[in-house]
Formats: sequence, structure tokens, C-alpha cells
Amino acid sequence: MNEQPKKFKWVGTRTIRPDGVDKVTGRAMYGADLTLPGMLQGKVVRSPHAHAKIKSIDTSKAEALDGVKAVITADDMPQADPTPVAAGEAMINLRDLSDNVIARHKVLYEGQTVAAVAATTSDIADRAVALIEVEYEVLPHVIDVLAAMKDDAPVLHDDMFTGGVKPKPEVASNVANRVEFTLGDIEAGFAAADVVIEQDFTTEPVHQGYIEPHAVVADANPDGKVDIWCSSQGHFMVRTFVAGLLKIDMSKIKVTAAEIGGGFGGKTTVYLEPLAVLLSSKSGRPVRMVMSREEVFRASGPTSGAAMTIKMGATKDGKIVACDATLYMQAGAWPGSPVGPAAMTAFAPYDVDNVKVVGFDVVSNRQKVVAYRAPGAPISEYGVECVVDELASELGIDPLELRAKNAAKEGTQAAYGVKFGAIGMVETVAAAQATEHYKTPLGPNQGRGVASGFWFNIGGESCAGIRINEDGSVSLTEGSPDIGGSRASMAMMAAETLGVDYYKVKPSVVDTDATGYHFVTGGSRVTFATGMAVVKATNAAIDELRARAAKIWDVDVEGVVWEDGHAKPASSNVGDFDPMSVADLAAMANKTGGPISGHADINAKGAGPAFGTHICDVEVDPDTGHVTVLRYTAVQDVGRAIHPSYVEGQLQGGAAQGIGWALNEEYIYDENGKLENAGFLDYRVPVASDLPMIDTILIEIPNPTHPFGVRGVGEVPIIPPLAAVANAVAAATGVRFHALPMSPPAIVAKMAEKG
Amino acid sequence: MSGMRYEAPNSVDEAVKLLADANGAARILAGGTDLLVQLRAGMIDPGVVVNIKNISETHGIAADGGAFCIGATVSGAEMGEDAALSAAWPGVVEGAELIGSTQIQGRATMAGNLCNASPAADSVPALIAAGATCTVVGPDGQREVSVADIPTGPGQNSLGNGEFVLNIKLPARPANASDAYLRMIPRTEMDIAIVGAAVNLVLDGDGTCTEACVVLGAVGPKTITVADAAAALVGSKVDEAALAAVAAAASAAATPIDDKRGTVAYRTKVAGVLASRAAAIAAERARS
Ligand SMILES: Cc1cc2nc3c(=O)[nH]c(=O)nc-3n(C[C@H](O)[C@H](O)[C@H](O)COP(=O)(O)OP(=O)(O)OC[C@H]3O[C@@H](n4cnc5c(N)ncnc54)[C@H](O)[C@@H]3O)c2cc1C
Repeated sequence: MNEQPKKFKWVGTRTIRPDGVDKVTGRAMYGADLTLPGMLQGKVVRSPHAHAKIKSIDTSKAEALDGVKAVITADDMPQADPTPVAAGEAMINLRDLSDNVIARHKVLYEGQTVAAVAATTSDIADRAVALIEVEYEVLPHVIDVLAAMKDDAPVLHDDMFTGGVKPKPEVASNVANRVEFTLGDIEAGFAAADVVIEQDFTTEPVHQGYIEPHAVVADANPDGKVDIWCSSQGHFMVRTFVAGLLKIDMSKIKVTAAEIGGGFGGKTTVYLEPLAVLLSSKSGRPVRMVMSREEVFRASGPTSGAAMTIKMGATKDGKIVACDATLYMQAGAWPGSPVGPAAMTAFAPYDVDNVKVVGFDVVSNRQKVVAYRAPGAPISEYGVECVVDELASELGIDPLELRAKNAAKEGTQAAYGVKFGAIGMVETVAAAQATEHYKTPLGPNQGRGVASGFWFNIGGESCAGIRINEDGSVSLTEGSPDIGGSRASMAMMAAETLGVDYYKVKPSVVDTDATGYHFVTGGSRVTFATGMAVVKATNAAIDELRARAAKIWDVDVEGVVWEDGHAKPASSNVGDFDPMSVADLAAMANKTGGPISGHADINAKGAGPAFGTHICDVEVDPDTGHVTVLRYTAVQDVGRAIHPSYVEGQLQGGAAQGIGWALNEEYIYDENGKLENAGFLDYRVPVASDLPMIDTILIEIPNPTHPFGVRGVGEVPIIPPLAAVANAVAAATGVRFHALPMSPPAIVAKMAEKG
Repeated sequence: MSGMRYEAPNSVDEAVKLLADANGAARILAGGTDLLVQLRAGMIDPGVVVNIKNISETHGIAADGGAFCIGATVSGAEMGEDAALSAAWPGVVEGAELIGSTQIQGRATMAGNLCNASPAADSVPALIAAGATCTVVGPDGQREVSVADIPTGPGQNSLGNGEFVLNIKLPARPANASDAYLRMIPRTEMDIAIVGAAVNLVLDGDGTCTEACVVLGAVGPKTITVADAAAALVGSKVDEAALAAVAAAASAAATPIDDKRGTVAYRTKVAGVLASRAAAIAAERARS
């Protein structure tokens, strides 16, 4: 690998994004923007019941309607095997996925798909949906996680016995799994503590709230080939799932990644794609399906809600000596809540010898959860960071000082197994302590809260291709859907490595036929892993460029070095040759061996874990319960900010989503288990005027395994806000709130209760 | 939405004829910020949509000896830019300006807000507190109606076949008079009021309240005019005791329901909080 230049020409600058003009002028093609000749419109029939047996489905009237070209039910879908496959940051069972795509014998939540139609117009498709007659036998349902664990709760799956416990339970229950992580001896730890705090907390499920609803166009050929265009966090993920669910060879499926209007983890699974393929093969015509906003809320995944108990003990001088947590997390209708990562991350920001975390994965009659930024971590770390604050006030120590005293650092043994390498928890706390924000006095009814957060970040499979064009410009191909400006970062890393102008490099996210397997855009992995592949591919192209120069100069390739975008003789012993640029070498490529390129197909290892510390000021109106976020600062160890604007954007977006989670976002069900707020009017994400400017401080502790020091940055920033806001509200009101969201009615009710 | 006709007449007579001929199957289009949403959601399926924005009598804000006549198609943004109106009726203007967001403000009208008859409509409590009237035109000519008599229940209004609202009128007012409107929403905009409260009052030379009207929104199927709260203000200097009495009277008068937007207990309490705060603001404005 080339010596890393001391100063960067492109890395760390704020270049113009290659996809920017198309997006601001409305030319960019999102999931719903493709139109093909003869294309049909597909629509879905959804369950009106939270829990019911499907007794019969009569599609005859819909099929008879003029303009209807195909109607499907679960009978059109092959039976899936219950084999776990990788899905985003979790494993998923194909049979469960199949049931979520289209219900087979039973519906497990209101909004679950039971049938689908394709017709020549949307209007006809809507009418066909209304003509499908489904007979249900309604069953008792359960929504809440603790209620679902009761002995007399309706059981969703009669073949589900709690995993991870011995002996295997004799009766089926809604508890899918139990996980446990331990370090040291918590009993001895608590015995040594001078102060012990134990509190219960709850959080509600929250939706990722991406602006673009799920959308797909599928075109199945009579010979069995299938083309799919859709917006997702991984067109290879779509290929894997469609191939697995419909039992089609992967080579026959080509998926093209449309531009994506947000995902945040919510687009790491499929809902419409297999239906569109089935409708297309049945009708022989291309089919477009687009969810309405209401369908996005009713039928796509939020992240879990949870109930938890957090207990922490510390000595008088502020050393945390024992930590204990129990987490109950809602999975939705099938197993798979992020209880594993929630348990692993819970106490990870701290260097503590005695830790125990037990977690339960619990199903209930609600939408199946799917990844949402740092799945699980915001939930468990919310409880922990509230208790850290309680410890600080009990001990009379400044809350940041307490975090600094106990911060994980290089060499700390984390309860989930790893020993940390170079990490920046200490530095983020120190930077927060040094801010002017932290020292600014507050007024009446105002309070300040702080909280830290940890996330692993991941690597995984990525590929990249660099092609030197005949004029010396550079085409860069990779297959990670660009959600946060990654094309710009890829082109910057290629330009920096190759030593050419960033604007000469054109990055493209290519289809599944044009590059190798990529894991999803998730786990904060793209700038790290795909970036690593890009640098490796660029270095391979550089080796080829050096070989071509060696050929032209008739010297050994070892005699040619690559510097500043030019091939140069390694020393005067090699000979006296003028440096050759990329363009010079490209112009002669046909005489020196043909087109010049470099490729890399990797499974990136060594993603650097990352930490953040946030400061939040709020004002609480004691009479109406309205919380105003006055000021917010997010500090994070980002490894290396390739494009600082997009890194800052990640911090700001994470803070905004976390503030919504803390203050107003929740699912409201009626007594029949029907969702009452399936829209942005009553599912309240913050609007722009709800938020102050989110100030950011980027700390750069380079990740030694990445050529430019990149760590993932996209997930950490959604972790601290829940507790930062909760701690600020507690400081402003003198009352600790143990339940999210802290909506105005909840605040008024709790303050009245406290008197 | 099959076979919907769109019309944009230039005169009141043409509009009235189109509406009357449609026999209930017509809908007026002003700003369209309710109508278009309802059309898209499939809540309504009108045979004809009549845009009234080409009718000159629905345009502009006319001031006449301290009174104002606001055309039915005047947007919230236009009202906010009218200095004289904003000085005389700051509560009415702030109610209209709270509707939606900057984009919605460029379109949304008070007449549309009134005729749409949502119990949570933001501009209506202050209009009623102000004693506003409106001109209704129809097949039988023209009539003046109190604004309070237009909404009859959620989504229902008292307009007959062929009728529409041409303008809204605010009376001239004495010295030391002002008004205020406050609403509670969990966010800062793009939301529906959980509680709204408007207060209009007149003070005499030494700051004693001589006239008052307190109106609540979103805590009943229609707005609620709280006579006891007005009585608590009249004769007082709008001091703390009077404000506490306003709060108690407003909470007592509220008849909210439990729903996804708020509980009975919360809405009852906040009705009092907002009514007393609005009274304090109106008094402060009247004094200055
Ligand atoms: C994003 C958004 C945010 C919103 N926020 C708020 C808010 O904060 N507070 C609030 O109160 N409302 C809110 N609304 C609702 C709406 O904007 C208001 O009710 C607005 O005042 C309606 O005015 P309009 O001119 O757009 O009415 P239109 O949609 O044109 O008409 C509304 C109804 O009244 C009828 N109508 C209109 N004008 C007349 C007339 N002159 N005579 C007889 N009938 C008539 C129409 O036929 C229709 O039934 C919001 C709407 C949106 C889309």
C-alpha cells in the first residue's frame, strides 16, 4: 500500500456531490419514477385485524373486473424454508419474511398483506382491492411487550419456544429468545458500591420516517429472467431475498438501485419486491408498486419499543463498579428485535469490571421491526445514561466528569467480548466539557442534559472497479446504494489515492450484474468498507499504470514509483524520464496492453467502534408540558471525516431523530389493535422549526485499519439524544421521567402526580 | 374522482348558479389546503369544483372607518402583511397566521378555515371573540351572518344550497382594545390544535376591563364561548386573581374528548392555562 500522504488534497474538503444537481433539479430517478411500456399498477389488500385466522380468500370478483391483469395470494408464493439468512444487521428467517410479505394462514398485525392485484390503472387496482373478499376468524391480540409475556397472553406462534434457556420450555410463548452477556462478578461489584441506583424505563417503537415510501418496478420475462428497479439499502439484499423467497437463481435476477430518499435501516428488507415480481410473471407485464405513507406506517418496520430495568453501582469517589440490566424488547409479529446489540452496547461506553445484561426478544401483534440506526443501542443506552446521571447527582459529581472518570479507552475489556483498540470516548467527553455551551448559564424552567453513546460499526463485503478512460478521466463503479453522500466520498478517496482531480472521477452505483456482492448500506459501513475497496482498486490501477510506464521506458516495474498522479523513475539510476500523467498513460494504453483498470472484491475487517457525547438544553413549560429544545451540541469521534459536510449531516440527522424519539414519536393503537396515527400529522417527527441548529464537533482519532482512518459515523449520533433530552428535562423540572416519549400530556400528568 | 369538473367563474352570479345547479355536488375551492387533501384521501368526491379566486369581490382587505372587510380568498400571508389590520386585530391575524406553514400561508384563507368547520380550526375562536360577521351570497341574494353561526358541528356548516361566504367583517373598535389567540400543539407548526383559546377585550382609561369575550377551540364539537371567563375579566384590572378565575372558568367550560391527540384531563387543564395567558396578552396589548 502506498505511503499515506501527510496532507490531503481532497480528503477533508467539501466537494460538490456528483448526485446533487440531479436531486435539486428533480431529475434524479427514485423508486417510483421509472415507467415502462405496458406497465401495470400493483396494489395490496391488507388485514383489518391485529390477529386472525384467514378462513378463505375469494378473488373471483376482482379477477373479473375489466383492466385487472393479475391477482395473487400466498398460494402463488413458494413455501419458504425457515433458514436464517443475513438481513442488514440481523439474521432473518425466510419463512417469517415470506409471511410478512404475504400472509399464509394467519395475520399477525393490522396492515399485513393478504393479497395483491395488478391492473392497467391505479383506480382499477383500488377497485379490485375492494372486491377481494377475505373471511377471517378474529383472535385475541396483544400489543404491549410486558402484556405479551404474561402467562395468559394470546400466543402468536404455537411452535415458538423460548431459545437460549435450558431446559427448553414445555409450552410455546411469545418470548422468542433470551440473551445474556456477563463480565466479572456483579454481586461482588454491588457489594463494593457506596451508591446503587436501580430504575425501570420504557420506550415506544419508532419509525425510521424516511421521506420516500417503498417503491418498485419489476419486469419478469417469459424465459424466467427478472429485472427489478427499487429504492433500497442494498440491491444485493433484494436479490438475495427475492431469489430465496421465489426460488429463482440469483443469476436470473438483475436489481438496479434507484436513488433512495432515506432508509435509516428501514430499507434493509423487502415488502413489495417479491409481490411485484409475482404479479409481473402472472400478467406478463411490468408492474409498479408504491406504498402510500399510510401503508409505510401500517406495514413497514419500526424499531422496537422496550421495557427495562437498569441498576448501577459506584464508589464514593465516582468509580462505577457494577452494572446490571434486564431488557424486554418488542420484535413485532416475528422474532428478531435488536435485543442482542442492545444488550452488547448497553454499558459499552464505560470501563467497568462487573457487568451483566439479560435480554428478551418478545413478539406481539404489531409491525415486524427492522433495523433503525444503531439497532437497539439507543434503547438500552437511554436507560443506562439516565442512571449514570442519577449516579452523578447522588455522588455530587458533574455528569461529564463522572463519564470522563469511567470512560472506556484503549485496552478496556467490553462485556460483549472485545478489548477496545484506539477509541475516542475520553476525547468526546473532554471536548464536550470544554465547550462554551456546557458553561453557559441557564434560565428558569431550563435544564441541561448530557449523554454518551457507543456503536460497533461494521465492515463486510464490498467491491470496486476503477477504469482509466482513454482521455485519462476515471470511472468508478461500486454497489453500495448512496444514502448519505457516499458517491462523493468514494470519488474523493479514489482521487486522493490516484492523485487526480476529484471532478475527473465519476462514481456510479451499478446494478447486481455489473459488480460483485455487497452487503447492505447499513451498519455505518459504506465509507469504511466500500471505501477500503475503492482504495484497493485504485492501488491496483496504480500498479497497472506503473507497469505501463515501465513498459514504455523499458525498465523494471520496481523502477517506477507513483507520486502526485504521475509515474516517475524511482531514482536517477533507473534513467532520466519525464513523469507521465494518468492521461499520458491512458493515451498510450492501446499500445501498452489495452484498457487500464483496477478491481477489488473484499470482506472488510477492522471497523473502528465509535463514541459520541451530546449536550442538550431544554425549556419546559410547566403548565402545558411543552418542551423546547434550546441548544444542542453533538460531539463524536469520526475517525476521519472524508467529506465533513456529510459527516456533520449524519450527526445532525441522528440528533434530530433522537429528539423526536425522546419527545413525541409513538404508535397509538385502539382497543382492537388498529394503528390510529398512520401518518406524519399524528406521528410526530420534529419539523424544522422544532429544532435549534445542531452544532457538531468532529473528533478525529483515525481507525488504524482504514487507509484514511475512517470509522463509521451514521449510527452513533442517534444514541445519546434520548437520554440527553431526558436528562435535560429532569434538570429543568426536577422530575425524572422513566417513559418515552415525554410528550406534553405525559409531562403534565407526571408533574401533577409529583405535585 | 371520476368525472370531476373544474370551474373558475369571474362573477358572484356565475358562481352561485354553478353551485345551485350542482345541487349539493359542488365544492368551493379557495386556498384548497383542506379541499385538495380531502380529495386525495378520497373523503369527498364532488361533481364540480368551483374556484372562487377569480371573483374580484373576494379579493383584498378594505378598511372603512376602523372596520375591516376581508375578502374570502385573502390568504393568511396577505393578512400578516396588512399593518393596520395587524395593529387593530392582532389576535385574529395570529390565529390565521398559525395555520400550517409558510407554504400553506400563501394559500390558506380564513373563510376556508371557517367553512371547513373543523372543531380545531385556528382562525375561528378569535373571529368569534371579535364578534365578526360575514357576507353570505346565494340564489336568494345576500345576507349578513354572525361568523359564530357558520359552523354547526365537525365538518358541517349552515350554508344552504348555492351559498358561499363572500367576505368576513371585523367591527371598528374603541381605544384600549385588543385581542390574542394561543393554541397548544406538541410541535411548533404543521399540527392540529389540541386546545385553542382566544380573548378579545376592551379596557377603560384606567385599565379596568369593560368588555370581554373568551372563546375556546378544539375542546368540544364546536367552539365554546365562556361567559364566566368574560364575566371574571369585566370590572377587573386583568390582574392575577382575574386571570386565575379565567383559567378556572375556561377549564370548567371545556368539554373535550380523549383521543390520540390528548386526554380529557390534559385538554381541560390546558384550556384554562391558554385562556388566562391569552387574556394577559390581550390586556398587555390593550394597555400599550
Ligand atoms: C399542511 C397543512 C397544515 C395545516 N395546518 C392547519 C393549522 O395549523 N390550523 C388550522 O386551523 N388548519 C390547518 N390546516 C387546514 C387548512 O389549511 C385550513 O383550514 C385553511 O384555512 C383552509 O383554507 P383554504 O382556503 O385552503 O380552504 P379550502 O381547502 O379551499 O376550502 C376548505 C373548505 O371550505 C369550503 N370553502 C372554502 N371557501 C369557502 C367560501 N368562501 N364559502 C363557502 N365554503 C368555502 C371548501 O369547499 C372546503 O370544503 C392545515 C392544512 C394543511 C394541508
